[in-house]
Amino acid sequence: MSTETLIAGRRARVRRRSLLTGGLAVAVLVAFLTSLMVGNTFYGLDKVIRVILGETVPGASFTVGDLRLPRASLGLVTGLCFGVAGVTFQTMLRNPLASPDIIGISSGASAAAVIGLIVFSLSETAVSLLALLAALLTAGAIYLLANRRGFAGTRLILIGIGVAAMLDSLVSYVLSRAASWDLQMAMQWLTGSLNGATWSGVMPVAIACVVLVPVLLLHERHLGVLRMGDDSAASLGVRVQRTRIVLIVGAVALLAFATAASGPIAFVAFMAGPIAARIVGPGASLTLPSGLIGALLVLVADLVGQFAFDNRYPVGVITGVLGAPYLVYLLIRSNRTGSSI
Amino acid sequence: MIGVQPTVPPSDVARLRRSTAVRLTWLAVGLAVLALLFVLSVAFGTRVVSISDVFSALGGDTSGIAEAAVVKRIPRTVLALLVGAALALSGTTMQAVTRNPLADPGILGVSSGAALAVVAGIAFFGMSDPHAYIWVAIGGAALAAAFVYTVGSLGRDGATPLKLALAGAAISATFSSLVSAILLPRVDVLTTFRFWQIGGVGGATWERISLIIPFLVVGAAICFFSARGMNMLALGDDLAAGLGENVLRARLISAAGAVLLCGVATAIAGPIGFVGLVVPHLCRLLVGTDLRWLLPFSAITGAALLVAADVVGRVVARPQEIEVGIITAFIGAPFFIWIVRRQRVREL
Amino acid sequence: MTHAHSLAAEDITLAYGDRIVVEGLDLAIAPGKITVIVGANGCGKSTLLRALARLIPPQKGRVMLDGASLQHQPSKEIARTLGLLPQRPVAPEGIAVADLVGRGRHPHQRMLARWSPRDYEAVADALAATGIADLADRSVDELSGGQQQRVWIAMALAQETDILLLDEPTTFLDVAHQIEVLDLLTDLNRDRGTTIVMVLHDLNLAARYADELVAVRDGSVHAIGGPDEVITEVLVKEVFGLDSRVIGDPLTGKPLVLPSGRHHVL
Repeated sequence: MSTETLIAGRRARVRRRSLLTGGLAVAVLVAFLTSLMVGNTFYGLDKVIRVILGETVPGASFTVGDLRLPRASLGLVTGLCFGVAGVTFQTMLRNPLASPDIIGISSGASAAAVIGLIVFSLSETAVSLLALLAALLTAGAIYLLANRRGFAGTRLILIGIGVAAMLDSLVSYVLSRAASWDLQMAMQWLTGSLNGATWSGVMPVAIACVVLVPVLLLHERHLGVLRMGDDSAASLGVRVQRTRIVLIVGAVALLAFATAASGPIAFVAFMAGPIAARIVGPGASLTLPSGLIGALLVLVADLVGQFAFDNRYPVGVITGVLGAPYLVYLLIRSNRTGSSI
Repeated sequence: MIGVQPTVPPSDVARLRRSTAVRLTWLAVGLAVLALLFVLSVAFGTRVVSISDVFSALGGDTSGIAEAAVVKRIPRTVLALLVGAALALSGTTMQAVTRNPLADPGILGVSSGAALAVVAGIAFFGMSDPHAYIWVAIGGAALAAAFVYTVGSLGRDGATPLKLALAGAAISATFSSLVSAILLPRVDVLTTFRFWQIGGVGGATWERISLIIPFLVVGAAICFFSARGMNMLALGDDLAAGLGENVLRARLISAAGAVLLCGVATAIAGPIGFVGLVVPHLCRLLVGTDLRWLLPFSAITGAALLVAADVVGRVVARPQEIEVGIITAFIGAPFFIWIVRRQRVREL
Repeated sequence: MTHAHSLAAEDITLAYGDRIVVEGLDLAIAPGKITVIVGANGCGKSTLLRALARLIPPQKGRVMLDGASLQHQPSKEIARTLGLLPQRPVAPEGIAVADLVGRGRHPHQRMLARWSPRDYEAVADALAATGIADLADRSVDELSGGQQQRVWIAMALAQETDILLLDEPTTFLDVAHQIEVLDLLTDLNRDRGTTIVMVLHDLNLAARYADELVAVRDGSVHAIGGPDEVITEVLVKEVFGLDSRVIGDPLTGKPLVLPSGRHHVL
């Protein structure tokens, strides 16, 4: 094979991936704008854009500007965070089923948030920070516990499942002691919801996104090499431990901030990576596409949850119920192809 | 290469005989501990009762407040005993059938299947008869178990512990979402369900106990009679078949027993995790892996564990109670982690 | 062209936790030659190779590359000189052959840089040298064991290192592929002057292909030298605990070990 053919082949692959990623970004934009337009009252695109640009439009400004815009923005950034965090974990642990919401990190954030809200009645910001701290501690504890004579992804996943069970029972216990008026708010922490989104809630997550996602993107090449095993990666000059810590801390922080703002939206972190891989192609740089898929999932699921049924369901229930069959399908497919599990 | 020794040296025979004595001793110890815990459970609680009061209440004298408390606690203790034994038996059987040290009704999503079935029954079919709950829960448990096992055993290596655990976690999450979806708009069902979901033995009555006893007896009998078959299964499918065991049938029958026990226990007390996971490991350390000894010992230990957890739950947060499901999760999870750390990674 | 780099272990002790595997070992790797490390199971040969590859830091002593300790040089720089093919490499799911081979260029690439023309050249050369150019767009998962091993070797080639370490590169291959891989490595050594250090299981293949043989026993170097000096009946007994006859291989002229046993020996 000549060098030219090689170059051409690779350029074609890269171009295709960029186009698909661009397409995903457009889809996210469409979903975002749709969330702003659709509702009990429909507002046309022109009105919506004028509100975004800062104009005061009678009637629309409140509904679109103060209600829908924060909600859609929250959905966008949390989806982005969940998607990026999920795919980073799955890639690092070389296992599509090793998602941070399965291995207990979301549970840690939820437990802290629930305790902060119900037991100590803390403010929103305080709860976010508490959730972040708890998520980092949980991740650290799981990592340390699993790190016996070397790092083993299998062991980490299993320990994470155990920790998740323990923390989930803690969440259940605290919720069972909750007075009924706390219950509705507390249900959010079991399923994840965009209800009552405010700018003060969106801000921390947005900042986390802006800061951390580029960091993870920068390390994406290292991540690609890490996928070949610690030995290969080390022999290719990757500082394995350091890279791993940066990636884990980055992913956990994204997850914690997002969970603190919206609760653990089920399955988004789980699904985003594999779906992105199917669209953009495997073995490619998945971080950005996964983030976009995550955002798309949350926005679309929230639309469905609000308007598709008689009852209004929080976004977490929709992603849980819709995500479940896909998840099982993924399990069956990856088990059948005998891929590394 | 493999040297075949023609005779077993006399010292080995003596060792075998001795270990039977050891096992009997442990069995006796277990029973003694259980009896002690029984008394403790009846004595302790939001109000401490003296031993003499306990005995007088057992004797039939129910006049005083203390005696009345005892009378209330006895069915609760009996229920904890039965549920603990059932869960432990179920877990032991599951671990033997799947050859998986990490099998447990909770982790394998079986409890969540039972929960989903009960919720669906209440919400969509207006079920209110406890008898119906039990049947439906068993059905849900069986479905979940079949699902998890099928999904977890596809692919090259068959049902490895990791794949089963992940399948179980995924299916648990799935069923939990479905439960949430069903419950959220139905606030009345939500409140009653919420308490069941945590897993507790409060609200035990003799009526409920008598309801589940036939199921428990059948399930336990199935497990005990499958003990020899499961011993064979432990050698690996190929070897077991070579030794004349019908592998598929043995596995199905044992699994049926395990699912039955788990379904019934979950139906009556809610999903209680980790008992089925941790008890077999502990018991294996003491009495070995022969299921004919392991099963009864697990049952006794499981009963003791749950009664103890219930006592702790009643005493620690006086005057409130912490449900037994929370206690077992808190004690069980560190044990689970310890077990995972002990295993060599290749085995997983 | 490659420059001769020197790789040496000085009085190293290697341990996993409390378990000492190698103690007080000295070894200088002959530059530009093929060195094969042999020994019984568990003698420490893989551990030694991994220490030379900088994967295991020595508890005591140092591994020196060109006179400087490995621990004190930046990872990426070392990766341009020293390449490793580990025993069980993991291929990311669904990756194309050309992309996987391209990963070998990682030490030569900067953080955000695209592939340079040099990168493309190196990959094309590596694919041609290992004879898998026509597989470039295929997914690595679909290939046979022998083909996959060639892909990993191509990746190591694309890394363009002067020293190549291989941990049992032939263990999972059938006989034809074993010879193919070892011949390929010999080409590499002869054409490019690459120093090759490998752990081999098969004593006879080791005798055939090695310029220098290192026999490891219980964590220390038992013998080092050319195949004729090292492969003797006495040594085979000492290192492997095996009775044998050693004759000259009629095909290659190198020593051939014929193991004795309890059955079938005339």
